[in-house]
Amino acid sequence: MATEVAADPAHGLANQDVFSATLLELARANPDILVVTSDSRGSGKLVPFGRELPGQLIEVGIAEQNLVGVAAGLASTGKKVFAVSPACFLTARSLEQIKNDVCYSDHPVVLVGISAGVSYGALGSTHHSLHDFAALRAIHNLTLAAPADNWETRGAVHAAAAAPKPVYLRFGKRPVPHLHCEPAEPFAFGRAYRLHDGDDLAFLATGETVPRALGACRRLASEGIHARLLGVPTLRPLDEAALLDAARTCAAVITVEEHSVHGGLGEAVASLLLHHRLAPAFRIVGIPDEDTVTGSQEEIFNHYGISPEGLAQTARDLLRP
Amino acid sequence: MSTADQRSGPAELSRRANRLRGRVLRAIHLAGAGHTGGSLSCLDLLTILYHRVLRIDPAHPGDPARDRYIQSKGHSVEALYVVLASRGFFPDADLDTLCRYRSPLVGHPTRKTPGIEQNTGALGHGLSVAAGMALGARLGPHPFNVYCLLGDGELAEGSNWEAALCAAHHRLDNLTAIIDHNGLQITGAVREVMNVEPLADKWRAFGWEVREVDGHDFETLCGTFDALPFAPGKPSLILAHTIKGRGVSFMENQAGWHHRVPKEDELRAALAELESTAATPAPHGH
Ligand SMILES: [Mg+2]
Repeated sequence: MATEVAADPAHGLANQDVFSATLLELARANPDILVVTSDSRGSGKLVPFGRELPGQLIEVGIAEQNLVGVAAGLASTGKKVFAVSPACFLTARSLEQIKNDVCYSDHPVVLVGISAGVSYGALGSTHHSLHDFAALRAIHNLTLAAPADNWETRGAVHAAAAAPKPVYLRFGKRPVPHLHCEPAEPFAFGRAYRLHDGDDLAFLATGETVPRALGACRRLASEGIHARLLGVPTLRPLDEAALLDAARTCAAVITVEEHSVHGGLGEAVASLLLHHRLAPAFRIVGIPDEDTVTGSQEEIFNHYGISPEGLAQTARDLLRP
Repeated sequence: MSTADQRSGPAELSRRANRLRGRVLRAIHLAGAGHTGGSLSCLDLLTILYHRVLRIDPAHPGDPARDRYIQSKGHSVEALYVVLASRGFFPDADLDTLCRYRSPLVGHPTRKTPGIEQNTGALGHGLSVAAGMALGARLGPHPFNVYCLLGDGELAEGSNWEAALCAAHHRLDNLTAIIDHNGLQITGAVREVMNVEPLADKWRAFGWEVREVDGHDFETLCGTFDALPFAPGKPSLILAHTIKGRGVSFMENQAGWHHRVPKEDELRAALAELESTAATPAPHGH
């Protein structure tokens, strides 16, 4: 079952900032924690890390294939390695290194895709990562997580540092609101978190789309529609029990992600539900299969209906008899 | 501390390599699959690594202070399996399971096999991983050396050159790359498919200390490996001139034997030739 947590709309930091601060705390106490960067310490907010712990930051230059191979080799010697690079490059340029050097060879590297999704929205599709869940879901032996807020980020970095297996973490660069207030239990991979209660329909959202889905729940509540929101920070392993419970209880399910509608959370949930003979009214909301519009992350989200009003409207349409 | 087994000398290494060539051919024949030419070209290099150079102990394959060997040209795995078995990492009889259903002896190296450090087979991956291991060795607490075998055709993969830059930049003098320079790849001559020359100059320009050697002359090879690292603060490169199909006259320098499997009569002829070579060792070099 998902955990019930309250939400606080007050804005927090960018998840990337929380990632780097958390990692610095962990690395101060554990000299085996290393960061490998591909000229990415600035965008990864790792300049303070490099200044304070220069012996624990290894620079490989603009060479993402080498970044991942070096990280695998370091991890094989017992180091806890975080390989940090923009998600767009890390998960496409180095996909074969992720597949073979890390996952197939089973070295517990933490791959950190920064400025993920459409964080670099205005810079064009070279800098978007809308393929990473799809590509990585088809590779065995890799936990996949896209934290939504600062609490999930902090928890995911701790969990990744302790993981005996490879992990991919995906972070954005804009400040995000707090969603979890005084959570009853620590973050764990494979858990979904109930962020809004309701039994009429369910939003299953991941990453930085979660606050938008929460906004939709509140709009719908004022109209008498009771929407459940499950935050799904871990795409693999999925919290199958929580997702199936939502699909059994609610007449409609809407998945939301900062990713192509192909191969991400939506299709993972669709597959799960069909395997359990569940067929609620269903929509996958994400970035459609087209030349992606450019602009800020916010503008791109609004353009594709990943906004409180856009998602509320998708819900109204889906529930209309 | 793990050690190489008695640091075999050139004559003993040469005799052993001759025997192992026959074992490679028998394993490939039985499996009906394998990379014959490249396995024979790198077999002498693997023999000296595992029977003289590497500080390893088959009884303690996970010793954190062990030297590491990464075979970036993963397709020549049959030579590696045969040498690992000869070094005592697993029984010789296991070689007969090569490429069989669920055998740990897969057609490219995997860590399922005792003694293998990294899964390879996609070209251009090994040197980055080896560089990461060498960085890890330098960070401690256990210093060790890392060796990586590259093919010459493989060097068309750009990722090798990312790794070459990185190893020199980080001054990894505990890292040695060895190029099995047999001049051939699956389609034909490396020069014609995609010229990678001048290799020694390229690696020197990338900041490596280079030695060119006859990759089948154990006298020279022993002296070369004994001289590692070639220069403090620099990674070492051994450019080993080899012969694809080495040891079997009708396989030598034939691109067609890249992954051709010897038939019954070819196997018999090859084993007979290797036996007569063992009886009257050819002069060193070629
Ligand atoms: Mg070759």
